[in-house]
Amino acid sequence: MEKNNLKGWLYLLPAFLFLGAFMIYPLIDVFVYSFEEGYNSASQTFFGVGTYNYSYVLHDPYFLQAVKNTFILVVITVPVSTGLALLISVGLSSIKPLRELFQTVYFLPYVTNTLAVGLVFMILFKKTPYSEGLVNLLINCFGGGSVDFIDGPYWAKMFVLCFYTVWVVMPFKILILTSALASVNQVYYNAARVDGTSRFRIFRRITLPMISPMIFYLVITGFIGAFKAYSDAVALFGTNLNAAEMNTIVGYVYDMLYGDSGGYPSYASAAAVLLFAIVLTITCINLLVSKKHVHY
Amino acid sequence: MNRQIDTDKQIGTDKQLLKNEPAGLNNKPDYKKIQKSARTRKTLGRIAVYALLSFWALLVLFPFYWMLLTSVKTYGSYNAEYIPSFFTLSPTLQNYVDAFTTVKLGKYLFNTLVFTLVTTAIMLVVITLAAFAFARLNFRGKNLAFTLFLSLMMIPNELVVITNFTSITNLGLRNTFTGLILPSVTSVFYIYLLRENFAQIPDELYYAAKVDGTSDLRYLRRVMIPICKPTLITIIILKVIECWNSYVWPRLITDDPDYYLVSNGIQEIRENGFGRENIPAMMAAVVVVSLPLIVLFLIFRRKVMAGVARGGTKG
Repeated sequence: MEKNNLKGWLYLLPAFLFLGAFMIYPLIDVFVYSFEEGYNSASQTFFGVGTYNYSYVLHDPYFLQAVKNTFILVVITVPVSTGLALLISVGLSSIKPLRELFQTVYFLPYVTNTLAVGLVFMILFKKTPYSEGLVNLLINCFGGGSVDFIDGPYWAKMFVLCFYTVWVVMPFKILILTSALASVNQVYYNAARVDGTSRFRIFRRITLPMISPMIFYLVITGFIGAFKAYSDAVALFGTNLNAAEMNTIVGYVYDMLYGDSGGYPSYASAAAVLLFAIVLTITCINLLVSKKHVHY
Repeated sequence: MNRQIDTDKQIGTDKQLLKNEPAGLNNKPDYKKIQKSARTRKTLGRIAVYALLSFWALLVLFPFYWMLLTSVKTYGSYNAEYIPSFFTLSPTLQNYVDAFTTVKLGKYLFNTLVFTLVTTAIMLVVITLAAFAFARLNFRGKNLAFTLFLSLMMIPNELVVITNFTSITNLGLRNTFTGLILPSVTSVFYIYLLRENFAQIPDELYYAAKVDGTSDLRYLRRVMIPICKPTLITIIILKVIECWNSYVWPRLITDDPDYYLVSNGIQEIRENGFGRENIPAMMAAVVVVSLPLIVLFLIFRRKVMAGVARGGTKG
C-alpha cells in the first residue's frame, strides 16, 4: 500500500479535533487546576502552586463522607450483583420455555432513564404523612416497624441506594454471563456426565473456570462503575446529596464545580484526580488477583 | 419394561440402581420408584429455578407497573389512599395532559431528540472517517496515533468534565445546543470497535476498487459502510441510549429550562414541578420519558442486546 501521509491525517482530523479539545487538553488541565491554589473562576487568577487543594479536599468532612458512602456502595453492590447475576444466568441457561421472555424482561432496566425510574423507587420507599409507602406496608405485613427510607436513618438510605444500584446494573451482568455460559463448549459437560460427575461439581470445576474471564471482566467494570456512582443517588435523594449524607465522590466533584456549593474548580479537580487514583489502584489490584484465579 | 428414558436421566438412575443392586435386583417396581424419584427431584429443581427467575422478573417489572398504575390514578384518589391499591377502577389520562401543559415536558422531549440525533450523526461521521484511516490508510505516525487513541479509552469522563465545563462556560456556550453536543461527540471506544470491523474486510476488495479508479471516500461509502452496517447499527443504538439518558453534562451546562433534556427535566419536575407533590402527574412524566427507549428496545430487541453484549458498559 502506498504511503499517503496527508490524506491519512486528514481523515483523522475531525476525531483529533474533538478528542484534543474535549479529552486531551482537559486531561492535562485538570492536573494543572488541581495544583493551582486559590483559583478564582471569575477573574481566572490564582495565588500559587502547591498541594493545598488536595489537603483541603482530604480534610473536608463532606469528602470523607462521600468516600465512605462510595466504598460501602462498592463493597456491597459489586459482590451482590455479580453473585445474583450468576445465579440468574445459570437458572436462565438451564431452562428452555419462557427463556426469551425472561431475558427481555431482565434487560429492561438497561434502557430506562436512571433518573426517571429512580423517582419510582423513591415513591415506593418513601414514607409520607399521607401514606406509609408500599415497601413499608410490606415490612408491616411481616411484623416490622416502618422506616423512612428516603429521609430516615443512614442505613435505610444506604440500603435503598444499594438496592437501586443493583437493580440498575443487573441487566448488563445477566446479559454478559448468559452469553458466556452459552459459549461453553458442550463437549466438556458431556464428558463430565459420562463420568457421573455431580451437578455442583460440574458447575465448580467446569462452568466457573470456563466463564471466569467474563466474571472477572464484570467485577472490574462493576468496581469502576460503582466508584463513579452518582445519578442513582441523585435520582433517589435529590440534588442536595450532602444534606442527605448520601453524597458520592463523583457527586462531590460536581457539587464543588457547580450548584449551591459550587464554583471551586480546583477542589473539584483535586477530588477528581483522587478518584482516578483510587479507581486505578483498585483496578490494578483486581488485575493482580485475577492472574491467580482466572483461566484463559 | 419401558426403557425409553432420557439419556441424562438414565445415567443418574443407572448409578442408583447399581447401589441398590443387592436389594433390588429381582423386583422391578424398585426401578420404577427410583425413576420416579429422580423425576420428582428434577421437577422440584425446575420449580425452584422458575421461582427464582419469576421473582427477579417481578422485581424488575414492578416499578414499571407501579409507575403506569400511579400515572392513571387521579390526584385526589392517590392522596386519599393510605394503603396504596394495586389497581384502579377509574383510570384517567388527566395526568398526562398535566405533564405536558403544567411543565414543559414536550420541550424537554424535543430537546433530547435534537440532542440525541445531532450528537449521534456527528459522531458517526467522525468515527467512520477515523476508523477508515486506521483500518485502511497507511501514513506516518499511524501506530503512534492509534496507541494514543487506545490509551484515551481508559480516561474516565469525570476527569475531563471539569475543564470542559470551564471552557464551555468561557466560550459563552452555556444553554446552547452547541455546548451540549460538542463534548458529547467523542467516543474512542466506538472508533476502536468500527476499526476492528473495517480491518476484517479483505484487502483485495480495496485493490479491485482502486483498479477501477474508485476514490477512497467512494470506496468507504459504497463498500465498507454497507459491509459493516451491523456494527454501525450497534454503535448507533448504544449512542442513542447513552444520549437519551445522559444527565451529568446537561445538568452542568444548562440552567435554563428551555434547554433541559429529559433527565434534568425529571429532576426539575421533582424539585419544583407540579406545585404540591403531584405524584401521579410526576409518574405520567416518567412514563412519557421512559417509553421511547423501551419501544425502541422492544422493536430492535436482538440488535440492542447483541450490541450491548459487544460494546456496552454501565454497571
